Amino acid sequence: MNENREHSSEEVKEDEVWLLRLYIAGQTPKSVKAIANLHAICETHLAGKYEIEIIDLMKNPQMGRNDQILAIPTLIRKLPPPLVKIIGDLSHTERVLVGLSIDHK
Amino acid sequence: MTTIDYSSPIGKVLRKCPTGIQGLDEVTFGGLPLGRTALVCGAAGCGKTLLAMQFLVNGAMLYDEPGVFMSFEENETELAENFASLGVDLNALVLQKKISLDYVHLDKSEIAETGEYDLDGLFIRLDYAISSTGAKRVVLDTIEALFAGLSNVLILRAELRRLFRWLKDRGVTTIVTGEQGSGTLTRHGIEEYVSDCVILLDHKVVDQISTRRLRIAKYRGSAHGTNEYPFLIDEQGICIMPITSVGLNASTSTARISSGVGRLDTMLGGQGFYVGSSILISGTAGTGKTSLAASTVDAACRRGERCLYFAFEESRSQIVRNMKSIGIDLEQWISQGILQFHASRPTLFGLEMHLVSMYKKVNEFKSQIVVLDPISNLTASGNFADVKLMITRMLDFLKNQNITLLLLDLSSVNSIEQTGIGISSLTDTWITLRDIELNGERNRGLYLLKSRGMAHSNQIREFVLTDHGIELLDVYTGPEGILTGSARYAQVEKEKTQRLVRQQEIERKRREIDRKRQQMEATIAKLKVAFEAEKDELEKTIIQEEAQVRIQDNNREQLAIMRKADDMEQPYSWDGK
Repeated sequence: MNENREHSSEEVKEDEVWLLRLYIAGQTPKSVKAIANLHAICETHLAGKYEIEIIDLMKNPQMGRNDQILAIPTLIRKLPPPLVKIIGDLSHTERVLVGLSIDHK
Repeated sequence: MTTIDYSSPIGKVLRKCPTGIQGLDEVTFGGLPLGRTALVCGAAGCGKTLLAMQFLVNGAMLYDEPGVFMSFEENETELAENFASLGVDLNALVLQKKISLDYVHLDKSEIAETGEYDLDGLFIRLDYAISSTGAKRVVLDTIEALFAGLSNVLILRAELRRLFRWLKDRGVTTIVTGEQGSGTLTRHGIEEYVSDCVILLDHKVVDQISTRRLRIAKYRGSAHGTNEYPFLIDEQGICIMPITSVGLNASTSTARISSGVGRLDTMLGGQGFYVGSSILISGTAGTGKTSLAASTVDAACRRGERCLYFAFEESRSQIVRNMKSIGIDLEQWISQGILQFHASRPTLFGLEMHLVSMYKKVNEFKSQIVVLDPISNLTASGNFADVKLMITRMLDFLKNQNITLLLLDLSSVNSIEQTGIGISSLTDTWITLRDIELNGERNRGLYLLKSRGMAHSNQIREFVLTDHGIELLDVYTGPEGILTGSARYAQVEKEKTQRLVRQQEIERKRREIDRKRQQMEATIAKLKVAFEAEKDELEKTIIQEEAQVRIQDNNREQLAIMRKADDMEQPYSWDGK
């Protein structure tokens, strides 16, 4: 089953859209670092098929509730399903790639 | 609602936030530290969440202080159901913006950690919830779930420290709950961040009977009760009974109430029991303890007083039926709502719980008379020392409220003048009902062993249950000893006969006298008759004699005339004239 999915995802890889949402709280060093790291990873591994949405909870505090945000920064993979959460400043690229299930070989 | 005592020898004292939980505000002398964080910890299922919930609900409903409930374990629906069990419509409170609910979902499997992070998200959520409701109270239940969801303990600990600091700065009164760990108060040691107030909840099981207890382990800057207080969880939530040792300073009443048995009142200095006194009715099985208590209750209800009857042996309907057979109709008082029965097996829960539930019911019902029937049975859920302690506390509590307490105690046959749990010295009046065995039958005797503060009778009375209530009869004391029951009856009959016999004897003697008198009188009459007869005879002879004398005189005159004697006019005289 899993194998099948992997295969099919690889087949439709070209038209797949990666919707990523990053929650931050103000322009803290951690947030800035996370944004930079995220952009770098996406450019390297998902060039052309990703979309990044950055939500600042300082400005929209009510937004945190829906996605169950506790830690800052938190990255959420909205698409493709399933939903995945990665917390931290994304400085460990390898782990981010594993967390997001991005094929990086 | 709750009176808070701010008085203290030192000028400015810690201000407190009343919890509105029955008993807890007394134990903490006013409530939780205002604007600070309190830790409520204990093992699973000991009522932490409930206590926290009640704190919030009472805040919202009684003190007009909105609250935030942040749950890490249960979602909104589950929480609403839990609140509903307290009779609170959580959704309505949420709509009125009195309570804000926030369910924090944390699943380790969904989260990957890469690099540095902090918990600003949590802070922002909490901050948003607090400011949108204007909350004064916050509950975090249970924050330790974070440890299960996040693996970087260093970050977590730093963030928790920051969180508690931040909550203090916001000035909200917070309860954080924590699961008890082995050797520590909480599993992850969060007590080290919460230094103001720590409340321990406990759920002990001794001899298969569980008792919930609460203890204030720490309360910085405030006096507090230090004991383990038993508490009860029922449909109104938590109720704590803060009466481990009340001072002996209850005001005493001089008012008296009838025992419901006229002659017993007479024995009790003529007026019955003192109001607010404790009365021990002990006796062996089947001596009528319940009947005596029912009489007192009946009399009290007749005066319109409210009575509570805690039965540990019989059910309500059984007592009502049995009392009907001796002419005491308790049903009418129950339907009028001035008599309440609470029948439960002592093993239903621990002593402490019994105590708390009685305390609660007495408070709710505002009863003036309380009956415990029987206290000896309570040893089924505790040892003697525990029962004694419990009864002492119950006694003190009721005395303080000036409530009359009737304790029924089943004593064993070989130690009648000794209660099973040794509380006789604590009670004011002690009545013992005892079987008096004689001539192959048992009869009930009532002894008034003591009654403080009144001149009471020292007489034994025979205690008879009739179809119109209890009657006390004098026992027969005489040359043949103490007699009761049919022996007394027989003795009375015997005496009656004896008296009759004596009476007849007297009658007989009286008649004898009469007869003698008559005899005597008859003799007198006879003598009189004889006398009269003799008298007549004698008188007759006297007349004859006199007649003869006269005749002789006549004859002499005649002779003289014939002899032509001297002047006839001059009678014969010997002096010659």
